[in-house]
Amino acid sequence: MLPPIEVHDLTLAYNKKPVLWDIDFDLAESKLIAVIGPNGAGKSTLIKAIMGLVQPASGHVLIYGKPLDKQREKIAYVPQRESVDWDFPINVLDLVIMGRYSHLKLFRRPGKEDLKIARDALEKVGMLPFEKRQISQLSGGQQQRVFLARALAQEAQIYLMDEPFSGVDAATESAILELLKELRSAGKTVMVVHHDLQTVAEYFDWVLMLNLRMVAYGPNKEVFNNENLQKTYGGRLNILTQVVELTKEKDFVREPGHD
Amino acid sequence: MIDSLYEFFSFTDPNVNYVLAGTVLLGISAGALGCFAVLRRRALVGDAVAHAVLPGVCLAFIVVGDKNPFALLLGALIFGWLGIIVMDYIIQNSKISPDASIGMVLSVFFGFGVLLLTFIQSSGNVNQSGLDAFLFGKAASMVPLDVIVFGTLSVLIIICIILTFKELKLVSFDIGYAQAIGYPVKKIEFLIATLMVMTITVGLQAVGVVLMASMLIIPAAAARFWTTSLAYMVIIASVVGAFSGVAGSFVSYLAPAMPTGPWIVLAALSAFLFSFMFAPKKGEIARFIIHQKNKKNVNDENILKTMFLLEEADERKQRGRSIGEILKRRRMYPSTAKKGLNRLVRQNLVEKYAGQPDLYMLTDKGRKRGQRIVRVHRLWELYLTDQVQIAGDHVHDDAESMEHLITPEIEAQLTKVLENPLIDPHKSKIPES
Repeated sequence: MLPPIEVHDLTLAYNKKPVLWDIDFDLAESKLIAVIGPNGAGKSTLIKAIMGLVQPASGHVLIYGKPLDKQREKIAYVPQRESVDWDFPINVLDLVIMGRYSHLKLFRRPGKEDLKIARDALEKVGMLPFEKRQISQLSGGQQQRVFLARALAQEAQIYLMDEPFSGVDAATESAILELLKELRSAGKTVMVVHHDLQTVAEYFDWVLMLNLRMVAYGPNKEVFNNENLQKTYGGRLNILTQVVELTKEKDFVREPGHD
Repeated sequence: MIDSLYEFFSFTDPNVNYVLAGTVLLGISAGALGCFAVLRRRALVGDAVAHAVLPGVCLAFIVVGDKNPFALLLGALIFGWLGIIVMDYIIQNSKISPDASIGMVLSVFFGFGVLLLTFIQSSGNVNQSGLDAFLFGKAASMVPLDVIVFGTLSVLIIICIILTFKELKLVSFDIGYAQAIGYPVKKIEFLIATLMVMTITVGLQAVGVVLMASMLIIPAAAARFWTTSLAYMVIIASVVGAFSGVAGSFVSYLAPAMPTGPWIVLAALSAFLFSFMFAPKKGEIARFIIHQKNKKNVNDENILKTMFLLEEADERKQRGRSIGEILKRRRMYPSTAKKGLNRLVRQNLVEKYAGQPDLYMLTDKGRKRGQRIVRVHRLWELYLTDQVQIAGDHVHDDAESMEHLITPEIEAQLTKVLENPLIDPHKSKIPES
């Protein structure tokens, strides 16, 4: 069995500043996986790298054993809510139909079937009554649910979500949680950037602890403990941080692998 | 003037028709494309590109020796693109911010263009007359070949926008997501940039490089007031663009020596001002009316609330209250209170007491409304002291404004979190819902 996502020796640099070092893991199938770590640990960057939005300095990512470009329709992405302009002139349904674009050839318009799938997705997040509403008139939690509906409309196998629980109301939080569980029962794999340590054990099966490098990765019971939390959140990694600072001052040249 | 208007719109003069067709097509393509430039916050890039094409146009003229539209087009395309590449290169490879980079490209390219223009003008080439029209536009200087070339280009741009509407929409709204689902984002951005350079080139003769950006920006800005749908926004912006084009050619017809660019801009601006004032919901007047309505509503609710509080104090429902009694309990202008009471009587929320002209009493319906306001006020105060830990003497003013805003859903939530409370922080009884 090929893992949903295989990350091999991934190192990432922004403007030549390394932000993630040698990340290496296989994602577990049909699990809810939390990605946790302090601010600036590179959580969003990791998701973006898997989605091909940032180019790694080295290493590679495989989706079910194949490069991302061949597997795009298997993987859905929920960006951070703040990443778009919510005053943009479209309504809720328009936004969710964008999730169908990945199945449409360029220049083709979405059809009846796409409309049906989009509305089903809205129904699942409890936003169908709002389908005609202009997106600027949604609350934060509603915006988040609409974003999730767009990803659902992609009908993917793997879902990568960047802070879906951030700044949402209690009703949305439980709606999202229900949705995650439904996805898991349907055999999907969901990786979620999460910032609320209180709920990690309750909401998720596995956890990936990140702080510039991968501190720990595994089932909650095995890795979600004080020692690893201490390593992830406690203090800065002295030498690694210094080296990162060094690469900012000098030109960072990543040599290609020798394998 | 009336005669000219009649002649102009009788469409009998083929020259006028050519110019008119050219400017209308320009207006449509610039208006439509401008929506994407404005929504992607690239309006200033359009301005920089418009200025950057000037040296290209001048160089084309120097090489070819006359105003051949194909040569001008090529020159403009090359320099428009060069401007975009230079801007992006500076932004990506230095710490210079986008606005500085845009400003540099705009002024340096334009300065170079003016230099070349001066050089051409002093060279004594007989064909150069009218080249300065490229600065501020002269619709009348368009010859049929210009209109055919640039008109075709406009049609091409419009077709491109219609065909790639879905792609343009997604890339403008959420470029990261577009990339994540495997869209050729780089190619689409290249397409948008090319369409922009083409539109600017089309507008060279009618509007001129200095004011061309306004044709991209103003129609889109005006359209934004009327709709919340991207498709309609594009259509409305096209109409505004076309209208501005017609106005420009008309002025050019009346006074052929006058530069048309400023007139086209003024026409677009009038459409913008009209939208700004009169658009439903988003226009200034509509917003003013809504604000007045809200103010009246708040005022009326305050009267209902005050009358309920008076009843609560003396526990007498069947008693007429004078305006003076109401004003003693809550300060407001006597005239506002009087007007509010009249409105409330008309809405059957308040009635005159026993036919007396100056005594008022709540109807059952009015009492319910007043009671709800008091209830929401006290619930909110309790919520602030209990759950948000704000001191009791700081919560009243906040509750004064929140009582008019809190929806029944939030009221239900408050009741639930506070476990159906009976007493507020100031020991007053919270009335039932």
